[in-house]
Amino acid sequence: MSLRYAAVRRRGPGALAWHLGALVVLAVVLYPVVWTIGASFKPSADIIGALDLFPADPIGDNYTRLTEGIADIPISTFFLNSAYIAVGSVVGVVLSCSLTAYAFAKVRFAGRNIMFAVMIGTLLLPYHVLIIPQYVLFQKLELINTFTPLLIGKYLATDAFFVFLMVQFMRGLPKELDEAARLDGCGHLRTYWSIVMPLCRPALVTSAIFTFINAWNDFMGPLLYLNEPDKYTVSMGLKMFIDQDAVADYGGMIAMSLVALLPVLAFFVAFQRYLIDGMATSGLKG
Amino acid sequence: MTHIQISPGAVAPGDDRSVPGRSGSQDGPPANAAKRPGRGENLAGYLFMSPWIAGFLFLIAGPMVFSLYLSFTEYNLFEAPRWIGLQNFSDMFADPRWRQSVEVTSWYVLIGTPVKLAAALAVAMLLAQKRWGQSFYRAAFYAPSLIGASVSAAIVWRALFSDDAIVDRTQKVLGFEVGGWIGDPEMIIYALIALTVWQFGAPMVIFLAGLKQVPQELYEAAEMDGAGRWRKFFHITLPMISPVLFFNVLLETIHSFQIFGSAYIVSNGSCGPADATLVYTCYLYEQGFVNSRMGFASAMGWLLLVAVGLVTAVLFWSQKRWVHYEEGGR
Repeated sequence: MSLRYAAVRRRGPGALAWHLGALVVLAVVLYPVVWTIGASFKPSADIIGALDLFPADPIGDNYTRLTEGIADIPISTFFLNSAYIAVGSVVGVVLSCSLTAYAFAKVRFAGRNIMFAVMIGTLLLPYHVLIIPQYVLFQKLELINTFTPLLIGKYLATDAFFVFLMVQFMRGLPKELDEAARLDGCGHLRTYWSIVMPLCRPALVTSAIFTFINAWNDFMGPLLYLNEPDKYTVSMGLKMFIDQDAVADYGGMIAMSLVALLPVLAFFVAFQRYLIDGMATSGLKG
Repeated sequence: MTHIQISPGAVAPGDDRSVPGRSGSQDGPPANAAKRPGRGENLAGYLFMSPWIAGFLFLIAGPMVFSLYLSFTEYNLFEAPRWIGLQNFSDMFADPRWRQSVEVTSWYVLIGTPVKLAAALAVAMLLAQKRWGQSFYRAAFYAPSLIGASVSAAIVWRALFSDDAIVDRTQKVLGFEVGGWIGDPEMIIYALIALTVWQFGAPMVIFLAGLKQVPQELYEAAEMDGAGRWRKFFHITLPMISPVLFFNVLLETIHSFQIFGSAYIVSNGSCGPADATLVYTCYLYEQGFVNSRMGFASAMGWLLLVAVGLVTAVLFWSQKRWVHYEEGGR
């Protein structure tokens, strides 16, 4: 009875209101993105003042100007640097965090609970307590203006969030599987690599995509550690753009902003399901 | 079975006794043996953990100790640190720009976080209804959460909120003479808050997952009793999703304290007209890396840690009063 009642209500005038509401939110949320696309085809002078979303006669100047690079550096340099750091981070996070998560989820060793509590504690630790001493450390090791300071933490499982995500996932795997593997004589390394890792693919993919996007968007890391323009990432290239011509070349800046977003948007379109489900499960277990 | 993993005394990983439904099912002779880890298990555990242990010692614990030491010194990276006791802290409290940074950050956290979470919850409730196109909307609403942290988004924000741009024009049409938000010391912080609210997608998805676990029978029973929309919201929805709400409040608050990139770029690397977007980390960066006051910046870092710790502690303490876990007790 109540089911049928609900079904009837769902088809009523509520549906129209629902779609209207959803479209309003959609418009607000996507407006900046659509505006950016439109603006990148406008002449610089029209970008701020003009109210129309898309120009009457679109121009490609903003993009052709990008091929000249920023301050004599071709923008491909920034993209290659960002890609190197982002891909390097993904490899590091997937390997180191999954090893750590396996230990927490599947190995019964002394001190595990304390270490887990400490690991969760680092999740709440503001990064800014660490930036000064880490900078001093890397400066003493003469690693400033290399990519090492930006990558090393990824290989040492310092991204507690991903460890946490993978622990959650591994705990959900049926216990019988790894018990059976143990009975068949598999050691932990074998169990980790051949049983747990393949089954954890959703958690690994989620972590990989988040890592790529975070590394791509990162601003503070490159700002601190990179000081020569040929080492700059895309974020830093954009900053150079602002420093250079704050008013003069709005068009180029907007076009570059959009190009800088392309990898993130592409990743998002391809993997949004993983990302969203990964995010949803991180807060819940049940 | 909604239950948050991050809570004091939360279930330790692999501690199956506290996993509901599994308890006791595998007891027997091996249980005792399994409790006492063998030497091989210890070795395997530490080997697997070794990247994390190294990372924790060299990149987290060690630097924390060093930063605590530096916070009592004057240090410019080139000369040896000079011990000055509590001077950095007393300088800080006497520094009007430091106080400004605390004020700006508090404002950002106190307004941005609740508005963002309210938006996230409202949209999640909209999407919780089964309708055509629901998963498309869910994905589209999530997108800004990924883009929002980038320099690109901050640049676009500057363009949208500057003089004579769309926000300004809209206000004029509506009859407000306010001008662009970016150049206005009173308003630029709200442009920054709008940027964070725009990224409501991540908490929205977590709310959505929580809403899906609320048993529908509760609503049906309440409807029989004649409960209206608001009653159902306050007496069923809110208590049932309080664990997820807690999780979101905790993460978003901690996250907001640490805002840097967007504040820095939105205000063109200057932290705003008249220090209007001088968020805490902006000032920390300026003192440490522009003015080479590493000791002072370390002291600032430690105060941030204390502040975040206090807020976290208060949230955990308060959860007893408003967070309802299904298993009762916790």
